[in-house]
Amino acid sequence: MRYDRPNTEGSKLQYKARYGNYINGEFVAPVRGMYFENVSPVTGRPFCEIPRSTGEDIERALDAAHAAKVAWGRTPPAERANILNKIADVMEANLELLALSESWDNGKPIRETLAADLPLAVDHFRYFAGCIRAEEGSASELDADTLSLLIKEPLGVVGQIIPWNFPLLMAAWKLAPALAAGNCVVLKPAEQTPVTILLWAELVGHLLPPGVLNIVNGFGVEAGKPLASSPRVAKIAFTGETSTGRLIMQYASENIIPVTLELGGKSPNVFFADVWDRDDDFRQKALEGFVMFLLNQGEVCTCPSRALIDARMYDDFLAAAVARTRGVAPGDPYDTDTKLGAQASNDQLEKILSYIDIGKKEGARLLCGGERVVLPGDLEGGYYVAPTVFEGQNAMRIFQEEIFGPVVSVTKFNDFDEAIRLASDTLYGLGAGVWSRDIHTAFRAARAIPAGRVWTNCYHLYPAHASFGGYKNSGIGRENHRMMLDHYQQTKNVLISHSEKPMGFF
Amino acid sequence: MGFQQVTATPAAIALIRQLRAVHGPLMFHQSGGCCDGSAPMCYPRGEFRIGSRDVLLGTIEDCEVYIGGDQYERWKHTTLTIDAVPGRGAGFSLEAPEGMRFLTRSDMCSAEELAALAKDPPRRGPGDDEEPGLGSPRRSSM
Repeated sequence: MRYDRPNTEGSKLQYKARYGNYINGEFVAPVRGMYFENVSPVTGRPFCEIPRSTGEDIERALDAAHAAKVAWGRTPPAERANILNKIADVMEANLELLALSESWDNGKPIRETLAADLPLAVDHFRYFAGCIRAEEGSASELDADTLSLLIKEPLGVVGQIIPWNFPLLMAAWKLAPALAAGNCVVLKPAEQTPVTILLWAELVGHLLPPGVLNIVNGFGVEAGKPLASSPRVAKIAFTGETSTGRLIMQYASENIIPVTLELGGKSPNVFFADVWDRDDDFRQKALEGFVMFLLNQGEVCTCPSRALIDARMYDDFLAAAVARTRGVAPGDPYDTDTKLGAQASNDQLEKILSYIDIGKKEGARLLCGGERVVLPGDLEGGYYVAPTVFEGQNAMRIFQEEIFGPVVSVTKFNDFDEAIRLASDTLYGLGAGVWSRDIHTAFRAARAIPAGRVWTNCYHLYPAHASFGGYKNSGIGRENHRMMLDHYQQTKNVLISHSEKPMGFF
Repeated sequence: MGFQQVTATPAAIALIRQLRAVHGPLMFHQSGGCCDGSAPMCYPRGEFRIGSRDVLLGTIEDCEVYIGGDQYERWKHTTLTIDAVPGRGAGFSLEAPEGMRFLTRSDMCSAEELAALAKDPPRRGPGDDEEPGLGSPRRSSM
């Protein structure tokens, strides 16, 4: 089935020509009146205008957030949870609409937005609604006269900068715990994918008190930087790359505020020889695990972009894996059969092609793909890349840098120790995959690889109740899981003496 | 330093000049990681704090180009060419509002270039020689 294009008669998705920022419970024009054109990577053509906001708009949003923070922080957790659950219900009722927009804005296949992005985002709101209801502090009787209470308090107003690869889902990852914990938020979406969250705010904004949620669009340098460097935010959360991550830490150091950073990875996917022992479901599952590098066109921070394959089955496994990869071709993201959509932007396309180029120059062997794909009709101007498999050595740059495209680099290992050495030989430590029928091998490998998430006999699952975040250069802090509430809370210690006698110090 | 490991295309030079007219002196830091990563970031000079382990790859159009020390170890056998292409987002890089994006293209170092680098390794941070940095005698210690 193919969905009708947005703004055609048959589509339930009708974009406005121009959107505003969402501040203090209403949509408002940017202070300076500037806008930029929002391009769909599906066609390469602009389809709406988005505010090109500046520091003035950030200040306006911060004013609203600060005005709302005391009341929201004191709102009973049960009430906040109910609101999050209502947000989830409205999202679910509008799932198809939001999925269509996410695919149009980002280029990802509608199959994925319907089955993953939206259902996961809905679930994150429900999960943190549950977490905040169940949350409690602690009490310790330190001695017969002294009681120590640990009570959680919201941080106040927090800033969040959202990436473009899963625009709504990554916003949900950050918003749900922050709102649940009682914070007010100023959120800046990525300038590549700014619009779905505005549709979302149109649907759910009224459920929150004005000022609790504020969305300011614009470019990183013009809107993101004023937010990240503001002395009026109590915390900044960012998903992106390392230079901006360092800059955000630099700004945070000036204001002495905490940061959460998720900065990507170069995730190894390790296949031990026993996966090939039998021609059964598990072998097919492992081959599917190899092809997971194509999920979301490879634009995933945990893309399994390095496949490490046991030498004892290397040729057989790789031949089958490449054959399976060849079976996936980019297509119309609005066709429910399409498994590989468009890269999110022209510069992303150019970057991927530049990495394919250096891969060839470094002597990696191209096993399939390696080129831009031009699709017919209105897709002609879109940004499509053929699934690409390189075979080479782990020291090559295509093994060391996040390409953020449908590109996997394959090499072999001879024993367990070499597998772990290669898997660990990277600046990053966000995700990893290990595949083995032997639970001892699988578990030992999972523990040995320095990464925040090791998928063991699976890949690319993102449940709300599993922590996510990086070791090494992949960042600081975690997302998901109820522990995330801690990232958005202060701990207040109330230390109580029951004794009426003088303390005796002076 | 003996050999410049970074150069710029005419498109990048034109974009640098355009940005400099608005923002003043500029610098680059080569990013790594996800989303807009693995691409060069352009900032007003001095905006990004160059650390003692950052490596100076060279200077293009009077802009110093740095890369993180660990990342350099994995890139050091290649030369970089900063290009500019139509694009959209770029972290806090200055060119995004112009509808352009700096892009790093790469080539393998020749044997002569590798020998030159071995003989005369690139300088590390903190930046301009004129500016006092970590360990500089001009830095007041008390």
